[in-house]
Amino acid sequence: MVIGLDHYLTISAVLFTLAVAGIFINRKNLILLLMCIELMLLAVNFNFIAFSRHLGDETGQIFVFFILTVAAAEAAIGLAILVVLFRNRRSINVNELDEMKG
Amino acid sequence: MFQALLFYAFSGLLLAAALGVIFSRNPVHAIMFLVAAFFQSAVLWLLAEAEFLAIILVLVYVGAVMVLFLFVVMMLDINVEQARSGLSRYAPLGLIITGLMIVELIQVIRLRSEGQVLQGFAVNPENYNNTEALGAVLYTEHVYAFEIASVILLLAIVAAITLTVSKRPGLKVQDIAMQVAVDPKDRVRIIKMESES
Repeated sequence: MVIGLDHYLTISAVLFTLAVAGIFINRKNLILLLMCIELMLLAVNFNFIAFSRHLGDETGQIFVFFILTVAAAEAAIGLAILVVLFRNRRSINVNELDEMKG
Repeated sequence: MFQALLFYAFSGLLLAAALGVIFSRNPVHAIMFLVAAFFQSAVLWLLAEAEFLAIILVLVYVGAVMVLFLFVVMMLDINVEQARSGLSRYAPLGLIITGLMIVELIQVIRLRSEGQVLQGFAVNPENYNNTEALGAVLYTEHVYAFEIASVILLLAIVAAITLTVSKRPGLKVQDIAMQVAVDPKDRVRIIKMESES
């Protein structure tokens, strides 16, 4: 029983699909949407690491390093926007965010 | 064999934690499940011998980003029941799309490896050090990307602070322009008077 590329790609695919399902299920809560995006990024990182190990090339792992950096920046700015939104609207319900609607 | 057993155990836990993230009613519970998912992923990355990234995932992600999420959730004091009502409207469509996606992705992976003998990852040399190998290319080949990453982090700091800084009325702050533009004549009055002995 050998664990190889296919196992990691499969677990990554299932994780990514669960995150997409989470976005469909939690369409109202903005924080849960952000958390589902984090799960998606995690699934992408699985792919990079699996291919990096499969091909014997460290560049994939360097790429994961930068994805983690950008994801941290994205989480910080996203949560800041969320805090400002909550301060102005007293709610983070996605359905109530319709000021831009014509 | 033992490694395969560990892989299946921890990937099962990972998928259970991901299910917990998307189905838990309380956002705090969802974040705890997300932390669990990150820990299981770190173990899976260790099994793939990507030790440096596994440790970084636990230290940076669980230690900083998830704590930030937790802070925000507790600060906002969201009405849980209101946030979760009306959950089922898009759920059937979502489940159909999710089912299609998972079938397609697994089919792609299965077709790729059809007829091939399943082989594990290449065995690293005896004195291989993952952190050392990553550092050797990170600071030479990818040094520009590394510097851009630092600029992105600076941007995140500036953006987060400027977005959330609050301007309360009545707060005592310096007005630099007013201080610079002040005229000595407005502040000091020189009076000529006789000295008394």
